[in-house]
Amino acid sequence: MDFSFTEEQTLLRNMVQSFVQDNYDFDTRMKIIRSEEGMSREIWQQFAELGLLAAPFSEELGGLDGGPIETMVIMEELARGLVVEPYMPTVVLCGGILNRHASKEQQETHLPSLIAGESIWALAYSEPQGRFNLADIVTSAKADGAGFVLNGTKAVVQGGPWADKLIVSARVSGGQRDQDGVSLFIVDKSAAGVSTQDYPTVDGGRACEVTLENVAVGADALIGEAGKGFAILDEAIDYGIGALSAEAVGHMKQLNDATVEYCKTRKQFGVAIGSFQVLQHRMVDMFMEYEQSVSMTYMVNMKLTESEAERKKAASGAKVQIGKSGRFVGQQAVQLHGGMGMTEELNVGHYFKRLTMIDTQFGNVDHHLKRFAAA
Amino acid sequence: MDVEFAPEDAAFREEVRSFIEENYPKHLIGKDRGDLSKEDFLAWHRILHTKGWVAPSWPEEFGGTNWTVTQKYIFNEESARFGTIPPLPFGVGMLGPVIYTFGNQEQKDWVLPGILSGDTWWCQGYSEPGAGSDLASLKTKAVLEGDEYVVNGHKIWTTLAQHADWMFCLVRTTSGDKRQDGISFLLIDMNTPGMEVRPIITIDGGHEVNEVFLTDVRVPAKNLVGEQDKGWTIAKFLLGNERSGIAGVARSKKAIDRLRDIARGELEDGEPLLNTADFSKKIAELEIDLTALEYTELRTLASESRGKGPGPESSILKIKGTEIQQRITELTMEAVGNYASPWVPAAEAGDNYLTIGPDASHGVSQTYFNNRKTSIYGGSNEIQRNIIAKMVLGL
Repeated sequence: MDFSFTEEQTLLRNMVQSFVQDNYDFDTRMKIIRSEEGMSREIWQQFAELGLLAAPFSEELGGLDGGPIETMVIMEELARGLVVEPYMPTVVLCGGILNRHASKEQQETHLPSLIAGESIWALAYSEPQGRFNLADIVTSAKADGAGFVLNGTKAVVQGGPWADKLIVSARVSGGQRDQDGVSLFIVDKSAAGVSTQDYPTVDGGRACEVTLENVAVGADALIGEAGKGFAILDEAIDYGIGALSAEAVGHMKQLNDATVEYCKTRKQFGVAIGSFQVLQHRMVDMFMEYEQSVSMTYMVNMKLTESEAERKKAASGAKVQIGKSGRFVGQQAVQLHGGMGMTEELNVGHYFKRLTMIDTQFGNVDHHLKRFAAA
Repeated sequence: MDVEFAPEDAAFREEVRSFIEENYPKHLIGKDRGDLSKEDFLAWHRILHTKGWVAPSWPEEFGGTNWTVTQKYIFNEESARFGTIPPLPFGVGMLGPVIYTFGNQEQKDWVLPGILSGDTWWCQGYSEPGAGSDLASLKTKAVLEGDEYVVNGHKIWTTLAQHADWMFCLVRTTSGDKRQDGISFLLIDMNTPGMEVRPIITIDGGHEVNEVFLTDVRVPAKNLVGEQDKGWTIAKFLLGNERSGIAGVARSKKAIDRLRDIARGELEDGEPLLNTADFSKKIAELEIDLTALEYTELRTLASESRGKGPGPESSILKIKGTEIQQRITELTMEAVGNYASPWVPAAEAGDNYLTIGPDASHGVSQTYFNNRKTSIYGGSNEIQRNIIAKMVLGL
């Protein structure tokens, strides 16, 4: 048994950590999220130059051959700066799907530009009526000659406004909530019939609604076998949860450190408020929630490559843990900072908002409790 | 023991209900606090004033209604049920009782009418950067020079100061051994040179609170309420009033109704979320906790109508009331699923400028974020627990 990181993994962590420290302080982030585009293309290019966009891909495709642990390390460190650039949708979700399931040809067509930072990707998987059920899909894909024609609406596509390419889940056959009959398609966002409604998100990101109206794609747009896309999507979301858990852990670490520091210096009734036992115990609880979340994050990222049943259980278990812990740590960090925790000016509220949205992303606590029980 | 309202109370309820339904401004129905202009805030206040109902809690001689405790409760309940914008708390709820209890005749004559009519907007100059829950550590200083106080200091979390004409303000006039001594209660015109209001934007994107900087602000000595250096008694009296309305039972009931509507529209595997075992159980738990709070409030009310003032038990109402409000906003955000994510600016949502997801989902996350303040303000819930520990349990 060994929970230590390799030398390469430690170097990777140090590199991302100092990059975030040097280039992504709170003021910089606020400027970025308030800019018209809401992300920094310059930062994205630097990610490419540092090799972060290449991390999970095989060496023959120009990647660095990293696995879930490398992604975990990167996500945790990016989280500490509340980085909004679309590492999750582009590299973890879409990159992961292409890496594991796309044909050699598709990989050669798409991955080099992704790795070079020249194309941004988003995963358009949820639908307005679908809540957290990945198979609840009305969007249709009808075979048309060698290709397909897509029609439907995809909801709350995170990172969508920045994306050049989308991976869209659509139904080639079966009933509205059947897992059979779901397919994944690579769709150019500039293709005829694709329209989007872009908006900011409450946690500083950008997302969009995507409408597909008679969007024609070729046979080369289909990932894997027709009608067999659900398993690919389900797995991609579990990989997403592994990365998201690491992100949550990064936020919790920042909040706990900030809260302890604040309580040591903030004085009321003539003493530091950190001397009150009731607040000490609260901070101890926050610390324990963080530690439990770290454990579940390690666990899920070690199990992503195991059997499907084991992977599902691990992912849902981790998602429940970070959902609950993130909520507690976020709420208490705001509470212990008092009015200051409520302000836009202090970073605490921003970590809190992101942690809140992490519970919703990829399905909330209730959803994953049920999935865990069924797995 | 019984919880029935008397027949005359039922008739009164009917009267209040139809008055609200007939007279509430149509353009304000369903508007959130964040969307309101200064005039929006005052519109219903002015209508209530014309009717003579704007300050039910005041003694009749100063413009109150002479209602029984039960009638006041019914009025609040009906107002909340309809979702009216309540009269501004700073004048009617906070300063008014201070003035008719501690003010001199001249102060009563010029302060009270402006509060009742809504012509004077008051804000509360209590908290300071170093004095939050520990209010007595405040540092804003007032020095008497001739017939004027010269005030210097820094107030924070001043709600809606951007609209205010006047501020009631706690200042330190003497530095004594005991921190509670030497505090005075001053009325300050916001237009006095040296008053500067700076907005604080909160995590929901709203502008409700402010910082107020006071630099060599000259205040006529006649604006002192009560005795110099004895303001702490007034400050505590006001905080006691602030706590009494904070349970918010009727408004929470309305918020649960709205939550239920949202959960009826949201689907999980094709079924309304409201019908799922998990979600309906969570709403049930909330309703049970709210029922307990309602009966706790009614018990307080019953002992009040027998002449006992609200004691430190009112801290229970504050703690439980705000915890329930926070849980409702949290569950409402949870109900809308993925549509908790879009940030739809309030003003634009009102104009349907940007319609993302179901209408009901608009602003639910902002409301959740905003409501985290309720366990912090008005004496944090930690402070409220200290009060119960000390005053009720004798620890």
